This record gives sequence, C-alpha cells and structure tokens, in this order.
Amino acid sequence: MTPAPPLPRWADVFVLPLINLTVALLVCGLIVLALGENPIVAIQVMIKGAFVYPGSLGYTLYYTTNFIFTGLAVAVAAQAMMFNIGGEGQAYIGGLGAGLVALWLAPMAPVVLVIPLAVLAAALFGAVWGLVPGYLQAYRGSHIVITTIMFNFIASAIMVWLLAGTLMQPGQQSPHTAQFAAAGQMPKLHDMLNALSFNVAASPLNLSFLLALAALFGFWVLIWKTRIGYEIRAVGQNPKAAHYAGINVPMVIVFALAVSGACAGLMATNEILGVQHRVVLNFTSGYGFAGIAIALMGRNHPVGIFFASLLFGALYQGGAELDFEFQSITREIVLLIQGMIVLFSGALAYMFSAPLARLLARLTVRPKPAAGEA
Amino acid sequence: MQVDQSNAAPAIELIDIRKSFGPVRANRDVSLRVEAGSIHGIVGENGAGKSTLMNILYGHYLADSGEMHVAGQRVSLRSSADAIGLGIGMVHQHFMLVSNMTVLENVMLGSEGGPLLAAGRRDTLATLRRLADDYGMEVDADAVIADLPVGTRQRVEIIKAIKGGARILILDEPTGVLTPGEADQLFEVLKALKRDGVTVLLITHKLDEIMAITDAVSVMRHGEIVGHRRTAETSPAELARLMVGRDVLLSVDRGQAQPSDILLEVSGLACTSSRGRQVLSDISFDVRSGEIFGIAGVSGNGQTELLEVIAGMRSFEAGSVRLLGETITPDAPKTPAQIRDMRIAHIPEDRHQFGLILSFDASGNAILGYHQSDEYGSGYFLDEAAVTTHCNKLMSAHDVRPDNPALLAKKFSGGNQQKLVIARETDTNPKILIVGQPTRGVDVGAIEFIHKQLLALRDAGCAILLVSAELDEIIGLSDRIMVMNDGRQMGILDSADAGRDRLGTMMAGIADTGVAAS
Amino acid sequence: MSDFAFQFLLTLDATLRVATPLILCAMAGIFSERSGIIDISLEGKLLMGAFVAATIASLSGSVWLGAICAILSCVILALIHGFACITHRGNQVVSGLAINMLASGLTVTVGIALFRQGGQTPPLGNTERFRPVEWWFVDAFDAVPVLGPVYRELISNHNILVYVALIMVPVTALLLYKTRFGLRLRAVGEVPEAVDSAGVSVTWLRYRAVILTGLFCGLAGAYLSTAQGAGFVREMSAGKGYIALAAVIFGNWRPVPVLLACLLFGFLEAASARLQGVDIPLIGEAPTQLMLALPYIMTVLLLAGFVGRSSPPSAIGEPYQK
Repeated sequence: MTPAPPLPRWADVFVLPLINLTVALLVCGLIVLALGENPIVAIQVMIKGAFVYPGSLGYTLYYTTNFIFTGLAVAVAAQAMMFNIGGEGQAYIGGLGAGLVALWLAPMAPVVLVIPLAVLAAALFGAVWGLVPGYLQAYRGSHIVITTIMFNFIASAIMVWLLAGTLMQPGQQSPHTAQFAAAGQMPKLHDMLNALSFNVAASPLNLSFLLALAALFGFWVLIWKTRIGYEIRAVGQNPKAAHYAGINVPMVIVFALAVSGACAGLMATNEILGVQHRVVLNFTSGYGFAGIAIALMGRNHPVGIFFASLLFGALYQGGAELDFEFQSITREIVLLIQGMIVLFSGALAYMFSAPLARLLARLTVRPKPAAGEA
Repeated sequence: MQVDQSNAAPAIELIDIRKSFGPVRANRDVSLRVEAGSIHGIVGENGAGKSTLMNILYGHYLADSGEMHVAGQRVSLRSSADAIGLGIGMVHQHFMLVSNMTVLENVMLGSEGGPLLAAGRRDTLATLRRLADDYGMEVDADAVIADLPVGTRQRVEIIKAIKGGARILILDEPTGVLTPGEADQLFEVLKALKRDGVTVLLITHKLDEIMAITDAVSVMRHGEIVGHRRTAETSPAELARLMVGRDVLLSVDRGQAQPSDILLEVSGLACTSSRGRQVLSDISFDVRSGEIFGIAGVSGNGQTELLEVIAGMRSFEAGSVRLLGETITPDAPKTPAQIRDMRIAHIPEDRHQFGLILSFDASGNAILGYHQSDEYGSGYFLDEAAVTTHCNKLMSAHDVRPDNPALLAKKFSGGNQQKLVIARETDTNPKILIVGQPTRGVDVGAIEFIHKQLLALRDAGCAILLVSAELDEIIGLSDRIMVMNDGRQMGILDSADAGRDRLGTMMAGIADTGVAAS
Repeated sequence: MSDFAFQFLLTLDATLRVATPLILCAMAGIFSERSGIIDISLEGKLLMGAFVAATIASLSGSVWLGAICAILSCVILALIHGFACITHRGNQVVSGLAINMLASGLTVTVGIALFRQGGQTPPLGNTERFRPVEWWFVDAFDAVPVLGPVYRELISNHNILVYVALIMVPVTALLLYKTRFGLRLRAVGEVPEAVDSAGVSVTWLRYRAVILTGLFCGLAGAYLSTAQGAGFVREMSAGKGYIALAAVIFGNWRPVPVLLACLLFGFLEAASARLQGVDIPLIGEAPTQLMLALPYIMTVLLLAGFVGRSSPPSAIGEPYQK
C-alpha cells in the first residue's frame, strides 16, 4: 500500500475529530442496543435532560465548568509535551487549599475577600501538586505519567487522613469538614441573575463558570501570545532546539506543570466553594481523568476544549435523566462513552486519517505540488 | 584487483527500483549489477538514497516498483527474514545491538535454534569460535555490549550478519564511527570474506575507502545512479564529480584574511559525556576577529561536543573558554542565552534536531533564541507583526524560498531551511560565529551562497569557528585548521600548509609537530 | 506461641492473600512493559476480569468457566490495547486510560442491566467460588510448635489461585530468561530495530506479549471476585492494578524483585488493615493511611533516583515504525 497523501488542515482539524467522535458514539449505541434499549430514544432523553428541562442548562454548564478546568490542566501540560494524568489529585489538593481558606477566613471576613483568596489557594495548592511531578520529571528524569498516577493516590491518602482526622467536623462520624460560613460560598449565578430580575431556575451553576471562561481565554493568551508560551511550545515540539535557543527547558517544564496543576486545582472552586460548601471525600470523582478526554477531543485548543466540555457536561447532566426513564441503562453509561471517546479520539486518533486522506485525494482534483519542493 | 569475470549470474541485480516516502522520491529507477565475489562500493552524498536502496535490498522497505534478482533468481523481499533466508546480511549504520544484553544473546537473536535457549547457545558459541579462527574476529561471548568499544560492537554486528553463512554482506557507512586502525581491521575482514567468495556491498561517502578496497563502484545522486565504474579505471576526482554533479571547488576564492584581536580562546578544555566517556581532552586554540578557524576530523571525534561547550549547551570538567574577554570555567558557566546575548551566534550541526522547530512556522523559527529580545515584543508578550516583519526581512535578504513566513519549517527544502537558520544567526551581526556542518544535505547552489556569506562575515570582522566533516570545505574556507581525533587536537596548521594528505594523517590520529603559530 | 507471633502469622497469611492479585497483575505488566508497551490498563483489565468471572460464575454456576471467560475478556481488552498501540501506533498511556474507563463503564452498565443490583453481582455460592485447599496432615501437624500453625495458616488453606500466582513467578522468569520468546521479548523492548533486522516480526512479538498480559490479568480478576471475594462489587479493583504497576517499576521489571515488591506492598496493606485504630506504643495511633500510601511514595522516590536506580526498557512507550 502506498503511503497516504497528507491530510488537508481543515480535514485534520474538523473532519477527523468528528469521524472519531461519531464512531465512538456509534459503538456506544450498539452496546445500548445490545442491552435491549433503543439508543435513539436514549439520546433524546439525554438531550432533554441536558438542555430542555428548567434548570437543566444550569446543571449542564455546572458540569461543563469542571471539565473546562481539568481539560485545560491536561492541555497546558500537553503543550510542553508532558502528559499530566494527575488532574484528579491536583484538583483534590486544590480543594484542600480552597477549603482551608474558607473554613478559617469565612467566619471573620467578607465574601469579596474570602472567595478570591480561596480561589487563589485552590490554584496554588493544585500548582504545588503539579509542580512536584514536573520537577521530578525535569530534574530527576522520573516518568511524569507514573509520578502523577502515584501522586493521585498519595493525594487521596492525605485527604482521607485529614478528613477523617484533623479536619473532620467535630461530633460527626462521616469524613468531611464543617460547612463553610456564607462568606466562603461562591455566589450562584441564578441568585445573581434573579437579583437583576431575570427569572432563572435554580441550579448549582456559580461564578466559577465565568472563571472557567476566563481561564480558557488566559490559556489562549499564555500559549500563543506570550514569550513564555512560545517557550512552552518550543520545549514541547523540540526540547533540543529549545535548549539550543537558550530556553531553560527544565524550568519551563516545571512552570507548565505548575500552571497545569493550578488549572486542575481551580476545579475545586466549582465543586467545593460553589456547591458542596465543605470539603468532602472523593469530590473529584473522575473529573480529572475526564480532562484527558476533553483535551484530546479539543485538540489542546481553548475553543475545542470549550465545546468538548460542553458535550461532556451535557452527557453528565443528560445521563442522570437515564436513571428515571430506563431500567437497563443508567448514567454510568457516560463512563463508557467517555472511554470510547478517549479510545477513538486519542489512542486511535489516526486510524481513519489515511483512509480519509485517500478518499479526499480521490474526490478533489490533483493538488498542486507542495510548496517548498521547488 | 580480482574482479570475477566469469559469466556466472551476478550476486545481485536490481532493475528500475523506485521508492518514495510521501513526496520525497528516495530512489528513482535504480538499476545495479553486483558481480558475485566482488567488493562493490556505493558512494554518494548524505541523502542521496544509498541507505534506502540497501534497506530495500535487505527487505526492510518494500520498493514501490522494480525487479530484484539474487543469484539469478527473481525475488520479492517482504521482510528482513526473507533477505536473511536468501543469504543476505546487513551491518546497519546505527548498530542493531541490545546494549544491556551479552554478545552471545545478541548474536543468537533471530536464530536461537529452538524454543529453548540452551541448545542454540552451544551452537552459537561454536560459530563464534569458528569466525574468530577464520577471520580473526575475537569477541568475548559473555561481555555486555554496553561495556564494549565501538569497533568491537561493529565486529559483533558483522558476526551477526554472517553467522548463518551469508553470501552477500551489506555494510552501511561502516567506518563513520571507527578510528583509522579499526577501519583497517574492518577492511582486512572484508578482504578475507571476499577470498571466501562472499559478495560485499560497501556504502560510504568516503572516496578513499572506495579506492582502497572496492572492485567496482556505483555513484548515487538525488536518488538516482549516475554512473558505474570499475575502481581501477576511475579516480577520486571523477567520482567526486559524479557525486556532486560538477567539479568540486577545491579552493574557493576567499581573499586574504585580516585577522586582528583574539575574540575566542579555548585553553585546556576537557569534557566527559553523560556516559562517562572522555570526549574532549586538553583542547587549546584561539580564533581572531576576521578569520575562519576550521576544525577537521572524522565525525564523532569531539567536534560536536566542542561546539556545544562553546555555545553553553554542555557542561565541561576542566579548562576555560574565553569569549570576548569574559572567561567561562566549569565553576562559572554561562547559559546558551547568556552567550547569545554577547552577540555570539551558533549555527548548529543538525538543523532538524537543534536549529529549527520543524512544526513551527518560519516566523516562529526566525526568532528562535532571540524570542526574548525587545524587538519582538514588550514585557511578557510577543508582537506577532514584528516577528513576521523580521521573518520577511530575513527571507528576502537571504533568498529563502518560498518567502512565506506562515509556512511550516518542515515544508521547506533542506537548503532553504539552512538558509533560514543562517539568516537568523548572522542577522545580528555577530562578533563570534560558531558553525557546524554549514552545507550538510544542502543543494549545490545553496552551498556556494552559504560559503560566500561566511566569507563576507569574516571580512566584516567576525571570528568564525567552522566544523565540517567535508575536508574540502574546511580546506576551501579556513585560514587556519585544527585537526581533531578522539577528543584530542592533533595540531594546528596554516591553511597554506594544509594539504589533504597531511590533514588525513592527522585525522587518523598521528600528531603533527609542525604547529603553526597563531 | 505468643499472641503477637500469632497475630504476625495471621498478617503474613493475609499478606499472601492481598498480594496474590498484585503478583498476577505485576507478572502481566512485566510481559507488556518488557516488550516496550506501557500498560496502565492493568487496573481496567483486573476490574473487567473480576466482573466477568463473577458474572459467568453466577450465571453458569461454574467457577472455572468464570475464570476462563475472565481470561478471555482480559485478552480482548489487551488486544484492543495492542490494536491501538502496536497496529496504529497510538499513545500507549491514552490507550491504557481508555481501557480503564471502558472497564469502569462496561462493568457497571452491564452489571446493572443484568442483575439490577446497582452494579453488583449476586453473592456467589460455594461452587461458584474458588475454595481454600486444605493440604495433607494439617491436623496432624497442629501439635508441632511454630511449624504447625505456620503450616496451617501460611502454607495450607489457600485457594488454588494463590498457588498459581506463586508458581507464575518462576514461570515468568524461565520464560523471560531461558526461552527464545523471552530473549526476543527482552530485545524488542530495548531495540526493536534489532529484532526486526534479525528477521523477527516486532508486531507479532508485541501482540503475544499483550495477550500474555491479558491472560494473567484475567486470573487476577477471577481471584478478586471469585476467590478472595464472593461476588463482584463496583470498582472492586480499587487501584490494585496501579499498585501492581508500581511493583513492576519498583522491582525493575524483573520477576523475582517484582514478587518481593508485591509481597512488601501486600504486607503494608494487610498490616494497615490489622492496625486500623490500634494504638502503638511510642507512635500513638497507627498511621494506616501512610502505610497505604507507602507503595506510591516509595515508587516515586525510586523513580526520582533518591533510592536505588530505575532502568526501564529503553524502547518503552515508543511505537515502532519501520
């Protein structure tokens, strides 16, 4: 077989991801069919659940917020060609940071002081939990994937120890902290909108969503508009050339992982400051890992990450609806969809690349010779 | 020379072999006839398609079209296993050895003699003994590859290739990493194999090796075979002409150098590699403003490391480097960024690995290393318009084609990529320029352009340190020449005194006492 | 026999039980990783194996059929991993993650659809489980001091999979160091080009390695749900696949050191379970969370070169392209 012609950029950016996503969803549909349910009906139920019912959009965007943060965490590291699969642990530790500030400061300070500080603490704690594996990779040569996996478990052990010990709410038996005072609670968007006399259904959607949008923009600026962003991309694309160019490669790796961890840590602002209002066990519940699917689907680009997060937010919210409508399928099917997406958009991302390129080459007229060959 | 003149079928016959990698046509209509029992050379510049052709012959790549005959039989090779089955063995340019396994394990790999290793081990030991007796290829079967010197590793590779009684042996650039002594030993082995009727295909870009050992030679250029010659009936000059398609300019008209102040001074430099090998020992020289100081030597004799130390990319153990009056020692190192800030530019040996980020566009590459400069942004931010303007300027001044700053670096031809690197590094009007292999893999037209640029810089007062594996380039451009061998300097000559023969002896590791004063 | 000694003996006994899935998974990991393929999907395969074993055992009443199907399911997952990483040269970490997610999603979804018990299988009866095997003369030896209890608790009275796991260690070592397959496997994880140029198919070799990985993981999964436990519970692998991966790294990809790492990690878990809430003289309350986190901490320290030196297969993680 002759090698396939190169894929046009538009096809690589739009068509291929769409094909991968479609195949992933098709396979999931077949599984639903095998379980004796109608996948088309299931999708209708999920769409209704995600967008149509009152307040459902708020829920969808609330989940979207989590995914934006963890997706960004993976994407920032990926720009430096580092695979951070420690988003789970970084978000968990970020929650600790946010929780500590909210617990201690909220009873005695106003919300405009507590919330910014708690957000900062979440980012900072997450950054530290990302920075250490980054340091170990850059300066000690430890494989970042393995180290971040280990750090997820270490974070989990620390949190169990703290939540079932020092930080446990006095007089309680379940492992979580006391509830934050009102000043430690992220304002809900529906409250704010209602105050402006818009009538919006209640949902957990809170200010963190706007923070997430800002983070997306910040990511774009950082990576494509700044000198350090240039350095991050240079290190990612060719670390030897980066070293030649006078870039401090290990420092850049550590920096990228710190930013990455900070993004993951910010996820806690949505979950802990926005909704739970206390630090609870396992509040990250897989969002960190889902961030990998988000970044893969979104091709490490802010626009892609936003839409991938929206899709996943809709799946999570719509998936909850399945429990009411069906006997055999539940919201857990979302995990399956997520796995299929990671498989087809990630590991098998280029399976359809060559066939698609051949198809396009056959459909289009003979292309002009590539530039630069002359 | 004993060329087999019998009418027996040729050991190998290739007819119209074609092979493309995407848009790159690596082999075009290659036809080749190799007499049985001869040593046949294939020469050509880097990138001429020699390795691709040999990999097709060894079943590693499948040709897109064409016929292949081995010992008169038409064959189709789908894998290396097919080639091995036909009695073809290959010694690759990059050794195919597992460094944490023993010699014995490496030799056994692929012909273990059964599902359990015990039986095959005895047979392989016997083979090793036989080869040691027949060809003097002694190796310690239980030695771990990582502990062996390069020459011995190559011996293991040859043993692997011929252990099963290969009748055809392909060697891809076998002497690139060898000392002259090791190369001589290799040639003795090849001659002994030839006496036993083995056909040897020797791929190289070194003409002296072709003249010394082959019976016949084929020349490749741009993926095509441009000539077949009997070695006895040709000359290095003719082969060189065929290789490059024109008479090699053995002396560029470079005018008289006007050297003045010493800008770069290296004294007593010593450096070990990360694996603990001594790669530089006691190197001392200086380069003046307005001169080109050339470093000659077989690739891999410390030149790469020397350039990296001076550019701040590699730490060193002893000695000092004095740049524009500032001294760098192991205890007081400077980073590549600090050195570049002193207006010291560096054109690295390997533009794909170091000089460029192939997945960035041209404008991204135009500021590589200078991206912190105030010219291309303010504060933490880059100014895209300024970067593009800069890239446009470089492209028109240095004739980079196509002049599209948004085109990815990997889409440019080798010559234009190199021109972009040179443009970037010379645009700042550097006081010192460190250059490695400026014309490697660059087409002829660009070579001349690059040479003229270097000379113009010299005449403008830049101190240029030039490393090249092409002896002619060194002789043609340099005002003084230092020869390196095994990390040591073999002497420094004025270019007027430096003939090919004299430099060749020094490159082989024989020190020259006629050191020129600086 | 003193009470402390007896408690210690029981802890060792528990260690063996806890370490069994780790050993099987870690040997599985050795095959894949030695061939050059990172396998973080040990976790997912373990989970899938556990689910299939319990489900089939519950539906068919045969524990053996359950184990066979567990192996088959894990081999299928391993083949997906191989298809992505070997055939399509995809990112091995991403592929592994995908398989972990698929296993999480599939086990729960199918479990709920089949049994309507929130993702669990019904409790398994005696014929649907691997029961402890009592060795000969256990009662007779009881009277012998020290050796008697050791024989009864530590050596006898385990289910067959515990012994299988222990036997698999020398089997892995022999396969790796004394056979043609092992020689090629070790070579392909270091320099795949060398294997290719020796006329051996890199692809087929790596596929065989991942198939072996699936086989061992299937056994480990069957052990979790039909030997150690009496049925499948959601997410019952609970990170054991990752601990096994840590053990592979900690044991430097060599069977016997990896076994020791598994036993050490197993001991930490068994001991922390016993010491939960116990006050230790001088230390105070036993730091059980620390003990549970120790395998991860130790692996991080080893990888960072603070203790010992890690030497992974040099071609690991890199797809092979001619």
